[in-house]
Amino acid sequence: MTDAIAGKALDPKRVLAASSAAADHSEGMSYLETVPRRLVTLYLPLAIIVVVLMFPFYWMALTSIKPDEQLLALDRFNPFWTWTPTFKHIEKLLFETNYPLWLWNTMMVATFATILSILASVLAAYAIVRLRYKGSQWVGASIFLAYLVPPSILFIPLSTMISAYGLFDTPLALILVYPTILVPFSTWLLMGYFKTIPFELEECALIDGASRWQILTKIVLPLAVPGLISAFIFCFTLCWNEFIYALTFISSSEYKTVPVAIVNEFVDGDIYRWGSLMAGALVGSLPLVILYAFFVEHYVSAMTGAVKE
Amino acid sequence: MTDLALERRARPPMRRITAWDRLKVNRNWLGFWFMMPAAGFLILFLAYPLGLGVWLSFTDARIGRDGVFVGLENYQWLSDDAVFWMSVFNTLLYTGVASAFKFAVGLYLAILLNQHMPFKAMIRAVVLIPFIVPTVLSAIAFWWLFDSQFSIISWSLRQLGLIDANINFLGDPWNARWSVIFANIWRGVPFIAITLLAGLQTVSPSLYEAATIDGASRWQMFRYITYPLLTPIIAVVMTFSVLFTFTDFQLIWAMTRGGPVNATHLMATLSYQRAILGGYLGEGSAIATAMIPFLLAAIMISWFGLQRRKWQHGEAND
Repeated sequence: MTDAIAGKALDPKRVLAASSAAADHSEGMSYLETVPRRLVTLYLPLAIIVVVLMFPFYWMALTSIKPDEQLLALDRFNPFWTWTPTFKHIEKLLFETNYPLWLWNTMMVATFATILSILASVLAAYAIVRLRYKGSQWVGASIFLAYLVPPSILFIPLSTMISAYGLFDTPLALILVYPTILVPFSTWLLMGYFKTIPFELEECALIDGASRWQILTKIVLPLAVPGLISAFIFCFTLCWNEFIYALTFISSSEYKTVPVAIVNEFVDGDIYRWGSLMAGALVGSLPLVILYAFFVEHYVSAMTGAVKE
Repeated sequence: MTDLALERRARPPMRRITAWDRLKVNRNWLGFWFMMPAAGFLILFLAYPLGLGVWLSFTDARIGRDGVFVGLENYQWLSDDAVFWMSVFNTLLYTGVASAFKFAVGLYLAILLNQHMPFKAMIRAVVLIPFIVPTVLSAIAFWWLFDSQFSIISWSLRQLGLIDANINFLGDPWNARWSVIFANIWRGVPFIAITLLAGLQTVSPSLYEAATIDGASRWQMFRYITYPLLTPIIAVVMTFSVLFTFTDFQLIWAMTRGGPVNATHLMATLSYQRAILGGYLGEGSAIATAMIPFLLAAIMISWFGLQRRKWQHGEAND
C-alpha cells in the first residue's frame, strides 16, 4: 500500500522538478510555503517554545553573576540584564564551601558506576544478541522490564540492605546501586548496536579459530564504538542526575553529590543566598552541557536507540 | 619439496576433543558466564529489593529494627489516612495533566523541528538542554523563578499591569500543584519532542506530496499519515513518560518537599518522608508498593499499544 503511494508520488515530483529545475532550489513541497505563512506557523511558535525552554537557564546564569544589591531590587535595576557582572558568588562557591569536593564526588561516583555498568552490559548484550543461549529472548525482555522499575520503589528496601552490608554513608554504596539504573538501559542500547554488526564477520572469525572472547574484543567492540560512546555519556548523565539514592544513602557532607548538596547544604536563612544557589546549579550543570555540546549526535542516538525496540 | 609435504602430512593425529573443549564452545555455558556481571547487579540490587520492599510493606519495620509480620495492617492504616489519599490524588493529577501536555507540546515541537529552516541542527541541540541538565538543578532554578517575593514572573506580570500583587506560586496548594506540573512539563517536553522527531524523520515526504495532490488538508495529513505511522513510537515514549512522571521524586523534593500542607506530596515523596525521615519503613514501603499496580497498568497499556501492524514498519503489505 505505502509502496503504491510512494510510486504515484514520484511522477508528479519529477514533472515539477523538471519544469522549474533551473530557478528553484527548494526541496519537496516547500514551494507551497510563503514567508509570511512560515513566520506564523513555524518561526513564531518555535521561538516561543525555545524561549520558554531556555529562560530558566538564562535566569540561573544571570542570577549567579548579578551583584547582591541588584538581585532583589527588581524595580531599581533592569532585572533582565546586568552591566556590572561579578564572579563573587562563584568564587565563594569554589573557595568557601565544599563545592569542589561535591563535584569531585559526583564525578567519581558517575565514572566508576558507568564503567562497571558498561562492562557488565557489553558482556550481557553480546550474549543475548549473538550467543543466543537458551532463554536469551526472555532475558532480553526482562532486561527491558528492569528498565521500567523506578528507583522510587526500590530506595527503602535498598537502604535497609545498604546498612545491613555496612555500606551506609560511603560512595561505594552509590557505585554499586547506580548500575541497577544503568545496566538495563545500556544493555538494551548495545543490543541494538550489536544487531547491526553483520554476523558473517563473526562466522569468518570462528572459522579462523577465534574464541568468543577474541571475537568480542577484536571484532565486535571496535565496530560498536559509536554505540559505546552513546552508552557511556548517557550513563554518565543519568548518574549525575540521580538524586533519590544519593539523598537516602549518604548523610555526611563530605560524601554528598552535587544535586543532594545543593538541596541540603545551601538552604539557609540568608536572603541573598540565591546568588550562590544559582551559581551552584550553574556550575553543577556545566560539565554535562559541555559534554553534551561535544556529543550531541550520540545523545540523540542513545535516546532514540533506547526507545526503539 | 614433495618430501616436505609428505612429512607434514604424516604428523601425529589431532588431539582428541575433550569434554572441556566442548564446554568451551557451548552457547549456554558461555552465555551463563557472559551474563554473570549484569545478572549479579540486577538480581542483587533490583529483583531482590523489589521483593524485599513488598515484604517490608507487610511488616512493622522501623529504621534500626527488623519488623515482624503484621499482615495488611500498614495498608489498613493507609486507607484511613487522608494524607495518603491526597498523595494518590496528586500523583494521578500530576501524571495525567503533565503527560497530556508533554505529549501535545512535544508532538507539536517535533513537527515544527521536522521542517526545513536555517540553523536546524543548532535549534534541535538547544531544545534538548533541559533534558541534559540534572533535574534537581533546574528545579532549583524554578524554585527561584517561583519565589513568593522576588519572582521575575510576578514582577513581569505586574509591570504589564495584569496582576496587582505577587503570585504566591509555591505557598498556595493549587498554585503549587500547577507550578510543579509546569516544571515537569518543561523538563519532559524535550525528550518527547526529540524522540518523536526521530520517528517523524522516517516518514517518507512522498506520502505528504501524494496527499497534497489528492487535496488533503493539513489536519487530514496529520491525522491519516503522521499519526498512524508514529503510533508505535508514541506508545513507547508515552509509557516511559508516564512511568517516570508517576514515580517522580526529585522535582517535588527540590521545589516544595511536599508542601504547602502536603498539597504537592506525590506517593514517592510521601514514602520517603514516612520511611526515611519518619523512620516507619513498613508504612513507607506500603506506599511504594501501592504504586506497583499503577505501573503495571501503564506497562500493559503500552504493551498492547506496541502490537504494531506490518505496514507501520515498512514490510510487505497485504
